[in-house]
Amino acid sequence: MNDKGKIVLGLIVFLVIMTFPMWYNFINGVVPFEDAVVQTANTPGKDKCVRAADYMRTQHMDLLNEWRQEVVRNGDRYTEDAYGNKIEKSLSNTCMDCHSNKEEFCDRCHNYMAVAPYCWDCHVLPAEVQQADMALKVDATEGNE
Amino acid sequence: MSSSAEVKFKPEEIARIDYSPPSEHWTDPQIDFEAKRGNWCYSGVHKSLKYLDLPVPKTKFAPNDQDWGLPENWKEIILEGLRKRLDRFRSLKVFMDICVRCGACADKCHFFIGSGDPKNMPVMRAELLRSIYRKEYTTAGKIMGKMVGARDLTIDVLKEWYYYFYQCTECRRCSVFCPYGIDTAEITMLVRELLAEVGMSIDWIVTPVANSFRTGNHLGIQPHGVKDSLEFAADDFEEITGIKIDVPINKKGAEVLFIAPSADYFAEPHYYTLLGYFALFHEIGLDYTWSTYASEGGNFGLFHSHDMIKRLNAKTYAEAKRLGVKWILGGECGHMWRVYHQYMSTMQDEPSFLEVPKSPITGTVFDHARATKMVHLAEFTADLIRHGKIKLDPSRNDHWTPTYHDSCNPARAMGLLEEPRYILQNVCNNFVEMPENTIRENTFCCGSGAGLGTDENMEMRLRGGMPRGSAVRYVQENNDANILLCMCAIDKATLPALCDFWAPGVEVGGVHEMVGNALIMTGEPERKTDLRGQPLKGKEEVENE
Amino acid sequence: MSLWFSIFLLIVLIAIPLIGASIPGFPLLLGVIIPYAAIAIFLVGFVMRIIGWAKSPVPFRIPTTSGQEKSLDWIKYAKYDNPHTFWGVVVRMALEIFFFRSLFRNTKAELRGQKIVYGSNKYLWAAGLAFHYSFLVIFIRHFKYFVEPIPGFVSLIQFFDGFFQVGLPILYLTDALIVAALGFLLLRRLLDSRLRHLSHAADWFPLLLILGIASTGILMRYFIKIDVVSAKELGTGLLSFSPVVPIGVNPLFYIHLFLVCTLIAMFPFSKLMHLGGIFLSPTRNLANNNRAVRHVNPWNYDVKVHTYEEYEDEFRDVMKAADMPLDKE
Repeated sequence: MNDKGKIVLGLIVFLVIMTFPMWYNFINGVVPFEDAVVQTANTPGKDKCVRAADYMRTQHMDLLNEWRQEVVRNGDRYTEDAYGNKIEKSLSNTCMDCHSNKEEFCDRCHNYMAVAPYCWDCHVLPAEVQQADMALKVDATEGNE
Repeated sequence: MSSSAEVKFKPEEIARIDYSPPSEHWTDPQIDFEAKRGNWCYSGVHKSLKYLDLPVPKTKFAPNDQDWGLPENWKEIILEGLRKRLDRFRSLKVFMDICVRCGACADKCHFFIGSGDPKNMPVMRAELLRSIYRKEYTTAGKIMGKMVGARDLTIDVLKEWYYYFYQCTECRRCSVFCPYGIDTAEITMLVRELLAEVGMSIDWIVTPVANSFRTGNHLGIQPHGVKDSLEFAADDFEEITGIKIDVPINKKGAEVLFIAPSADYFAEPHYYTLLGYFALFHEIGLDYTWSTYASEGGNFGLFHSHDMIKRLNAKTYAEAKRLGVKWILGGECGHMWRVYHQYMSTMQDEPSFLEVPKSPITGTVFDHARATKMVHLAEFTADLIRHGKIKLDPSRNDHWTPTYHDSCNPARAMGLLEEPRYILQNVCNNFVEMPENTIRENTFCCGSGAGLGTDENMEMRLRGGMPRGSAVRYVQENNDANILLCMCAIDKATLPALCDFWAPGVEVGGVHEMVGNALIMTGEPERKTDLRGQPLKGKEEVENE
Repeated sequence: MSLWFSIFLLIVLIAIPLIGASIPGFPLLLGVIIPYAAIAIFLVGFVMRIIGWAKSPVPFRIPTTSGQEKSLDWIKYAKYDNPHTFWGVVVRMALEIFFFRSLFRNTKAELRGQKIVYGSNKYLWAAGLAFHYSFLVIFIRHFKYFVEPIPGFVSLIQFFDGFFQVGLPILYLTDALIVAALGFLLLRRLLDSRLRHLSHAADWFPLLLILGIASTGILMRYFIKIDVVSAKELGTGLLSFSPVVPIGVNPLFYIHLFLVCTLIAMFPFSKLMHLGGIFLSPTRNLANNNRAVRHVNPWNYDVKVHTYEEYEDEFRDVMKAADMPLDKE
C-alpha cells in the first residue's frame, strides 16, 4: 500500500496553494507599481507639506489620528506645521486643499495595500474634489468601454 | 505471585512517586540494572532461541551482568536493521520525523504515571530511538549532536533500549492522545525486533513463542495434555451444573473452529471463562471443535517481531483448512485479537477455503469479518442475546458487582467496546463502570502485557498497574465492586496480583464466566453455585438450614 | 542549554540583516537571492520529504481505534473516531487537521495519595489551535504583499481579522493571539519540568523564531512603521519573477524577511514537517476494516512455520495413546 495516487494529488494541492502568488501574478501580469511622486492637483501658493515626505509616507495615519483625537475630544483645532506655520488640523480642509486628487493621491496606495481607512465614513469630500472624482470615474468607465 | 508482591512492596511506598525529572541530560544511557531489580525481565534462554533459529548471545547473561555477549558486528546489525525497517515501515519513518514533543502523551502512559521515570513518557521512549536515528540519518543530528537530541549508538544505548522497550506494553494509549497518532507500540515492536537481531530478548517472550511454535500453546502442553485438561474441565462442569457435555477436539468437518488463549484451560481464573464457553456452546448446540495444533490464541510473536507473529499465526488458517471448518470463532484474549484483527489477513494468504461467518443460531452474517472469516466470541454472544436465542437469569450473578476492564488491544486496535457491555448488562444486575478516563479507548493497561508479566519484573508491573488499580479501588469503595471482568488472558493472569495489591478483595473474572453463570440450560437441575462453586446469592442460607 | 543555544542562534540571525542592510549589495542578497533560495528549498524539500516517506510502504493496517468498531448492525459505531469507510477516514483526518481532535482529548493525571485523578486539560489544545489558525490567517493576509490586484478573500480575511476596529492601525486579532499562544507554548515548555527535560534546540528554536517573526511584524505594523508600498513592490517583484531591490527600507523589514526565510528553509528538515506528516500517519489515515477488506503488504514474504505434519510426526505416539484423531496412522 503506497497510496501513490493520493499522495501525488495531495502534493499537487499543496504546491498549488503554496505557489498561489506566483501563478496568480502570472495570470494577472503584474506591472510594477508606479510609485513616483504623486503630483497634487491644486497647489496655490503652497509647495510644502505639513511634514516631511518620508514621515508622511509611513506615518500620515498617526498624524491624522492624533489630529482627530485633539479636535474631536479637546476641541483643539489648530497647530503648527514643520515650518512654524499655523495650520488647521483638518483632513478635508488642510490636507485635501493641496491633495484634492483623492483617487490618485490616497486611494491608489490604499487599494494597492488593501487598506480601507474609515476617514470618509464621516468626512465629506469637498465638492470640487467630488466633481473631479466623478468626472474621472466617468472618464474611466468610458475609457474601459 | 500476589503474596510475594505484598511482602516485598507496599502500596504507600510504590505510590510515593517523584515526577520531577533528574538534572542530568537524558542522552546519558547508563542504567544500573542491579539497583533496578524488579523493573526488568530475564533474557531469553538459549534453548528457546535456538529452537526458533534466532540469534543467540555469545554468553548466557542476565541484564545485571556486564557482558551481554553481543556479536562483534552488533552496531552494523542494528544500523542495517534500522535502515531496513525504515524502508519497510512508513509508520516508523514518519514517527521518527514528525514528533513535536508537545508532551500530550506524557501522563497517558501507565508506566510513567506509576514510576515517574521520565524515560517512561512515550515521547521519551521514542526519543531513545530517535536520538540514534538523528545521528545516523539527519544532517542536523550529525552536526549538532546532543543539542538537537542526537547521540551515538553504544552498547549502553542497547541496554537502555532493553530496559525501556521492555517497559512498554504496546497498549497504544499514548497513540489515542497524540495529535499525529504516533504509536509507541509500533516503535516498541520495531526496537524489540532490532534487539532480537543481536540476541537481546526476554525469556517470558521467547520461551512462550518457542512453546507455541512447537506444541501450539505457550505453556508447551502436548496434545494429550490439552485433551486431558479440556475433558477434566468438562467433568468439573458436569459436577457444577449437572449437565454432561461433549468437548470436540481436532474434529474434522465441524462448522466452527474455536480458538482461545491456552490459559483458559490451564489457569485460574481463566478456567471459569472456559466453563462459560462450555455452557454456551452446549446450550446453543454449536457444531465446533477445539484444536491442539492451534491451541493458543494468544500470539506471543506479537511481542517479539513481525516475523514471529506470522510464524505462529500461520497455524490458525492451516488448521482451519485441515479440519475443513467453515469459519473461526475466537475467545477472550487481548493481543490475540490485535493479531487476528490487524495482522492476520495481511500476513496470510486469502482463506478462500472458508466461508463468510454466519451464526448458525441466528442466521446473522458477520459481514465485518468477511475477509478474515474470524469472529470474536463477544460479537457472537451479543448477537445471540440480541435475538433472544439464549435464556438468561442475571440474578445468578447477584453475588457479584462486576466492573469491566477493557483490554488494550481489543479497545484500541479493534474497537470492541459495546459488545462486552451489552452482554454484561444482560447477564448481571449490578454492573458498574470505572471512571471514564480509565475505560473504553482510554482504558489503562494491566501493566504486565506484551510479555512483561513475569515475577522478576514485579515492581514495574505494580507500578504500571497502578492507574488500573486506582480505578478498581475507586469502584470498590464507591460501588462495592467485587469482581474485575476482562476479556484477555494476560489480564486474567496478572490482574489478580494487581488487585490484591491495589484493591484487595476484588476478584478477577471473564465475561463468559458471567454468561455461564446466568445461562439457563435446557434440562438443568437448580443451580446452587456459580461456576467457581461459590453459593449463589440467596442460596447460601438455604444450604445452611 | 539548548534553549540558550537557540536564543544565541536567533540573535545571530537578527544581527545578520541588521548589520547587513547598510552594506552595499546586501539588500540584493537579503531581499532577492535568499528569499528565492529559501522558497526553492522549502518547496523542493517539502516534496522530497513527502516522497521520502511515501517510498516506504504501509505494510499493515494499524489504525488506532478511538471508539466502537463497526460490527453488528444494531450497535452504533464511532464513524469518525473509528472509521470503517474511506469517507469516515476523510472526516477523521479533517477533524484531526482542522480541530486537533486527538489533542482535544487531553487530560491531566495527578497523584493524590495513592489515587490517580484525571482532569480535563484543554490548554495545550486551545493554545495550539489559536497558534495554528492565527498563523494561517496571517499567512493568507500576507498574500497582499505578493499579489496585485489583491483577491477578495484576502481582503475579507483581513477585514474580519480587524473586525473590532481597535486602535489605529486597526489591531489584527491574530497578531495578539499568535503572540499570546506562542508565549503560552514557550512558557509551558519552560516551566513544566518534564517538558523542559525533553526539549532540545529543535523545539526551542522554531518557537523563538516564529515569535521573532511575529514581533518584528507587529513592530512594523504598529510601532516603527515602514514603507509598505516598497515592501509590496519587493514581494510582488519576487513572486512575479521580476525582482526589484527597494532602497531605503527599514532594516526591521529585512530582519523580518530574513527570519521568514530561515523558517521556510528549515521547514522541511525540522519537526515542522508534521504539517505533511499528519496526512501520512498510518494510525489515523486508515479505515478500521481489517477483517472485512484484506490489506496487502508489498513485501510480505514467507517465514518458517511449524506445519501440522511436523507436529503430528512429533506427537503421534502420545496422540494415539490418548485416542486422538490422526491424519496419518
